[in-house]
Amino acid sequence: MFDPIPWLILLPLVWGCLTFLIGVGRGGRLVVAGLIIQLVLTIILARQIVMEGARHYAVGGWGAPLGVDLYVDGLTGIMLLLTHVVALPLVAYARAFFSSQAEGASYFWPLTCFLLAAMNALFMSADIFNIYVTLELLGLAAVGLVAAAGSAGPVTAAIRYLLVTLLGSGAYLMGVALLYGTYGSVSLAVLEPLLASTEISAAACLAAMLMLAGLLLKTALFPFHFWLPPAHGGAPAPVSALLSALVIKASFYLILRLWFDLFAPLVTTQAAQLLGGLGAAAILWGSILAFNQTRLKMLVAYSTVAQIGYLFLLFPLMTSAIPGAAESAMQGAVMQLVAHALAKAAMFTAAGVMVLSAGKDDIALLGGMSSHLPLTLFTFALAGITLMGLPPSGGFIAKWLLIDSAVSGGQWGWVVVMILGGLLSAAYVFKVLRQAFLPPVAGIKFKPVIRMLEWPAFLLALISLLLGFRSVEVLNLLGAG
Amino acid sequence: MSGVLIYACAGAVLFVFGVTGLILLPHLLRKILAFNIMGSGVFLVLVGLGQRDGTPDPIPQAMVLTGIVVAVAATALALALVRRLLHLTSKIQFPEEPESSGRCWKNN
Repeated sequence: MFDPIPWLILLPLVWGCLTFLIGVGRGGRLVVAGLIIQLVLTIILARQIVMEGARHYAVGGWGAPLGVDLYVDGLTGIMLLLTHVVALPLVAYARAFFSSQAEGASYFWPLTCFLLAAMNALFMSADIFNIYVTLELLGLAAVGLVAAAGSAGPVTAAIRYLLVTLLGSGAYLMGVALLYGTYGSVSLAVLEPLLASTEISAAACLAAMLMLAGLLLKTALFPFHFWLPPAHGGAPAPVSALLSALVIKASFYLILRLWFDLFAPLVTTQAAQLLGGLGAAAILWGSILAFNQTRLKMLVAYSTVAQIGYLFLLFPLMTSAIPGAAESAMQGAVMQLVAHALAKAAMFTAAGVMVLSAGKDDIALLGGMSSHLPLTLFTFALAGITLMGLPPSGGFIAKWLLIDSAVSGGQWGWVVVMILGGLLSAAYVFKVLRQAFLPPVAGIKFKPVIRMLEWPAFLLALISLLLGFRSVEVLNLLGAG
Repeated sequence: MSGVLIYACAGAVLFVFGVTGLILLPHLLRKILAFNIMGSGVFLVLVGLGQRDGTPDPIPQAMVLTGIVVAVAATALALALVRRLLHLTSKIQFPEEPESSGRCWKNN
């Protein structure tokens, strides 16, 4: 049987090296072709997971204690599929984007390929040290992408992002060191039963706190969100989309894995409530700040801070004792993750087109955009529908499942937060739409943009909207292993 | 105090020094140095706690080697970015919060 697992890590590395060798700013076509191959591979892998369930893969035939083990299950399948479904339109968009604006194009292609390789490896890692290495690879590639634009603002944002990501993975590695010192293993499969069967040690608790704190910092949960808006808002649009849609989801995925598998015996209801509270604060504070922005890309970046908050409502909802409530919370959070990735990629790419056309990143200059770029504005609105959680979008299903879980579990407070968050996101989306329908500001002249910029963004928004109809397949895959 | 614990405690102290420096020091070069001190602390804990009955365990040593490679790469990237910032703004510090959340309140 053909096994796509190693190829999903090797192929992007090959594309990365090739585009590096071809020369600066070239190789976009190669990456698009390569990503199509990878998308086919992930679909094959997802089918295998649905048919045969979760499985291990020993790299090079060397098993767990000596070699590196990879592990795929339903959640891994969803993350891999999501990564490629988002990345493929994004690279098509990036080709068009960098042909209109050369700034930031220099090492975009190799860095993007390394980023994807690191992300694929991260999703499939089965030991905590390997996860550390992939986290660092992911962080370094992402920082390189942010810095690529080269002017003072993005470089400052990149340095801040780099220091934050190094601090986060340093704390994580300290946790790994403590766990190895206590239990003598880094394999998740070995550690899990050990932690569950032995008495909870102080070292294990400290390790859990350090690892989770490091990952929370990287996921930019309130109050650790300070680094995210300048880094995501200042980068070129394709980079912002990649970072906001996918990179922060990678560290959230690890939090999910560690919280519910490895550290399940250690976590308490209070800790879960704390995470939920931070998530609620992120929803409200992030939305208010998004509404107060004057720059379009900063608005979208703050909206990411808010939308991350929904993911963290999962933790208090999962503590509910009512059967079914925990399950629908999990499904809701995964749907939110998928829907937000698609919608945010669409929103950042649409914002990028508008900024490119207006020549300046300022919401006040958007007047007249409705007649100049109707498709792009429509894309922005469709993505906004998912963020607000209106039917039939994927965001609606996600918020429905989360609210359903909160109601049946009797945790009414979170329902209020989610509804308020939906209203606030409507406020900031309509702030942009309203401005776009006003007459043009005197003296502003929109540049024409090529069609290939508008269609990939629209495709992403459309997928996020139609996800609501195909959510059963996604949830099937989640339940498959 | 056994040898194992001496290494682990020294590592923990270095880690705390490094984290404190990374957060509190304003000078970027010092931040990078603090990151390296933090990394050394982690490596010391990894190797120190990893020994079994006085005999060294090869697995954490291999992990530390990998960690050192990662730390060197990260330091190189950080230095390159800081040099670029120095070139652009002639300062080795973060500029005064141009995008902070405080300003957008005043703008509105």
